[in-house]
Formats: sequence, C-alpha cells, structure tokens
Amino acid sequence: MTTDTPTAAQPIVHMQQVNKHFGSLHVLKDIELSVEPGEVVVIIGASGSGKSTLIRCINGLEEFQSGHIEVDGNPLTPYGKSSKALQTIRTEVGMVFQQFNLFPHLSVRDNVTLAPIKVRGVSRQQASSTAQRLLERVGISDQADKYPSQLSGGQQQRVALARALAMEPRLMLFDEPTSALDPEMIGEVLDAMRELAREGMTMMIVTHEMGFAREVADRVIYIHSGQIVEQGPPAAVFDNPQHARTQSFLSRVLKH
Amino acid sequence: MDLTFQFNWSAALASIPYLLPGIPYTLLISFGGLAIGFFIGIFFGLLRISPVRWLRWPAIFYIEVFRGTPILVQVLFIFYGLPQLLGGPINALVAGIAAIAINSGAYISEIVRGGVQSIERGQREASLSLGLSRTQSFRYIIWPQAFRRMIPPLGNQGIISIKDTSLFSVIGVGELVRQGQIYIATTFTALEVYFMVALMYLAITWTLSLILRQLERRGLVGQ
Repeated sequence: MTTDTPTAAQPIVHMQQVNKHFGSLHVLKDIELSVEPGEVVVIIGASGSGKSTLIRCINGLEEFQSGHIEVDGNPLTPYGKSSKALQTIRTEVGMVFQQFNLFPHLSVRDNVTLAPIKVRGVSRQQASSTAQRLLERVGISDQADKYPSQLSGGQQQRVALARALAMEPRLMLFDEPTSALDPEMIGEVLDAMRELAREGMTMMIVTHEMGFAREVADRVIYIHSGQIVEQGPPAAVFDNPQHARTQSFLSRVLKH
Repeated sequence: MDLTFQFNWSAALASIPYLLPGIPYTLLISFGGLAIGFFIGIFFGLLRISPVRWLRWPAIFYIEVFRGTPILVQVLFIFYGLPQLLGGPINALVAGIAAIAINSGAYISEIVRGGVQSIERGQREASLSLGLSRTQSFRYIIWPQAFRRMIPPLGNQGIISIKDTSLFSVIGVGELVRQGQIYIATTFTALEVYFMVALMYLAITWTLSLILRQLERRGLVGQ
C-alpha cells in the first residue's frame, strides 16, 4: 500500500488552521492536514478527542469557525451553510456512520439507488444494476428486496457502504464504522473496507480497531483534545510513538 | 299511570329517518375541516421548526391562540362575530368547517412538529452526505418516516374533531345533534333520541378507528 512516490496531484483534502468550537468547548485546534488521492488515513484517539468532528467537517456535517478546508478543489468556508461548493463536495464524498443510518422505510435496493437517481439523474434501471453490482461486491446481493430492519448489523453496515459507493465518491469517510456492531460482525465490515482500500479508494477512517489500522493505513493520525499530536506510517506510530500522550493512549487500547 | 320512564325502542327506531340527514353534515364539517386543518397543520408545523426565528414566531402564536381557546368560542366568534367585520352573514356550514379547520390545524401543527422532530438526526445527515439537497432530504427521507409516526395522533385528532362538530348545533347547522334537538322538540323523546345520536357518532368514530388501525398495520411494513 505504502508507495512513497511523491504525487504531483493536488491533495484531495486540504485543511489549514481549522478551528472548531462547540460553545465554549474548543474541539478542533489549528488542524493542518492533507490527504493524497489513494491514501488511507486512520484517525485514532480517545472518545471526545475530536476525531469524528474532524471528518464531519470535511463534508460539512459540522461547521467550523476559522481556517480553510478544500476538498478536491472545492473550498469550504467558516460558518459555511449550504453553499454550492458544499453540495459538490457531498456528491463526491461518501460517508459511513457508526449507527449505519440506513433509510428504514426504503428497501435495500432503494437505499442504494435513491441518491444516484435523485442527485445524479441516473435512470432507475441503470441505478438498479449498479446497486446490484455493489451489493454483490459487499456480499449481500440476495437481500436487495429486504428492508434494513430485516438485516443484521453487519449486513446493514455493508448496505450503508454500498449506498455511499453508488455515488462513485472520490473520498470515503468512515465514522467508527464497527463501533455499534456485535463482535462477530466486525470482521465482515472490515473485510469490505479492506477490499475498498486495495482498490485504491481514498479513505479517512475513525476507528478503535487498532489491528485493522495497522494493516490498511498508509498513515495513522493520533488526536488528543482537538490537536493532531502525532502522525506517520502505522509501524512508526504503533511501535515507536514519539509523544508521551500517544504512548499512554496506545498502552491503554492495545492492552486488550 | 306508571311514572317510571321506560326506554321506548320504537321511539328510538322512529327517530332514525329524522337523524340520518344530519350525518352528511357531520361528515362534511368534520372531514372538510380536517382536510383543510391538515394543510394548515403541515404549514404551521413546519414553520414551527424552522431555524428562522421570525418564521417560528407566527406559528407559535397561531398554535397557542387556537389551541388555547375553546372551539365553541371560536365558532361563535366566526359565525356571530366576523359578520360585523365583514358586513354580511356567514353561512353556518362554512363557519363550522372553518372552526374545525383552524382548531384542528393548531393541534395538527404540533403533531407534524413532533413527527418530524422524532426522526433521528442521522437520517438527515445520511441523506445530506449522499448529496441530497435539504428539500430532497425532507421529501424522500424525513417526511415519509415522520408521516407514518403521525398517523396514530392524526387519527386521534380526527375523532376529537368529529365529536367537536356536535357543538355546532348552536349555530344551527343541521348536523346530528341539531337534527336530534329539532326532532325532540316535537316528540319529547330525549332519552331515545340522544341515545341514537350517540350511537351514530360511535358508528362514525369506530369506523374511522378501524380504518386507521388498518393503515397503521400497513404503515409498519419496513420500519
């Protein structure tokens, strides 16, 4: 995965001096971050450290108060509401949520075809065949006519992945995709993500699955109270953390 | 002469042909008013949850005023009060429909607000993250789910409004109670006639309950 050939291409995500406050709480502090096309970035940190907030700023689910974010050349501005650039970004950036957030009133197929039909103007027929292909890819092609509530958590999360991929995103965001799953279902979701990484998708993943992070990440970022404390290749961060905070965090999460 | 009053079944049955003409009026006022009230409710219910304060404020005002005053006063105001402003009489049927519309509209606004607010934030976030606009997100994701949750309280409101129309006998609309009163005035069979009137309300509301139960059962698919 880790090919360190310098890319001439511009970064797909570029964050400069990004600050975010929730009331008096300073959640993100001067975030500087660039993600190259094809890169898999895993963000780790304690709960409440701001790691979810960071990736939610990238597709505008959270607004930020100062700094600059550019996603594939589209600028996001502080306090930016529903600008045109934000709309473009959302069609190009897919997201998988901790709680799946499938649409319970729509069948699995309709969950996957809705956005391509309504946003991209794809024909229903074409969207359906794409959906079928994506569901096959995540291993649930036989469930297309079911409703989300009829599926297991692992299956639901794979549908959510297929739903996001149906928009042919340039970047995928994962917000703790396995945290709400029963242990025996985590593997199937991670497998699907692993497959996606292998195909060259640019991914930003917030997770507590350290083994997975070590395996698929090109770069691991450790966040502590809204600041990027340390980042680097997984081997460097996990085996030889430079900062005391990273060391103590890792010693706590790697113990079990 | 026997002074104990007996329930006279033949008197009760005899009243039926005189009461039946009241049913179309009761239904027309109820369902006409509720249909308009439904749209009023959607309109003010959505204003009520607008992020814009000056859009929210008129909705709160409307809901508080018409939920906080008796429907009898509202219909009297419309039927006897408004003509003084308008300079001409208002048709009693129109006044009745209007009263049900504005009154149920206030309650339905709250039902709409509750329904929409009950949908988890993640639904909106997921749809926005897929590139749907705010309008599309509401139309395809939030509203269909909210509406399913609104069916039971809407049914409840429907039943309340149907019964509220009985108050409109005071403005002389020929609905069920009014028909009964006119009939009693000549036969003095209040016990039998009001019993039959009550039965007729029950038949209407019970039918509605059955329909709603079916709707709810079907609405649960895929939840």
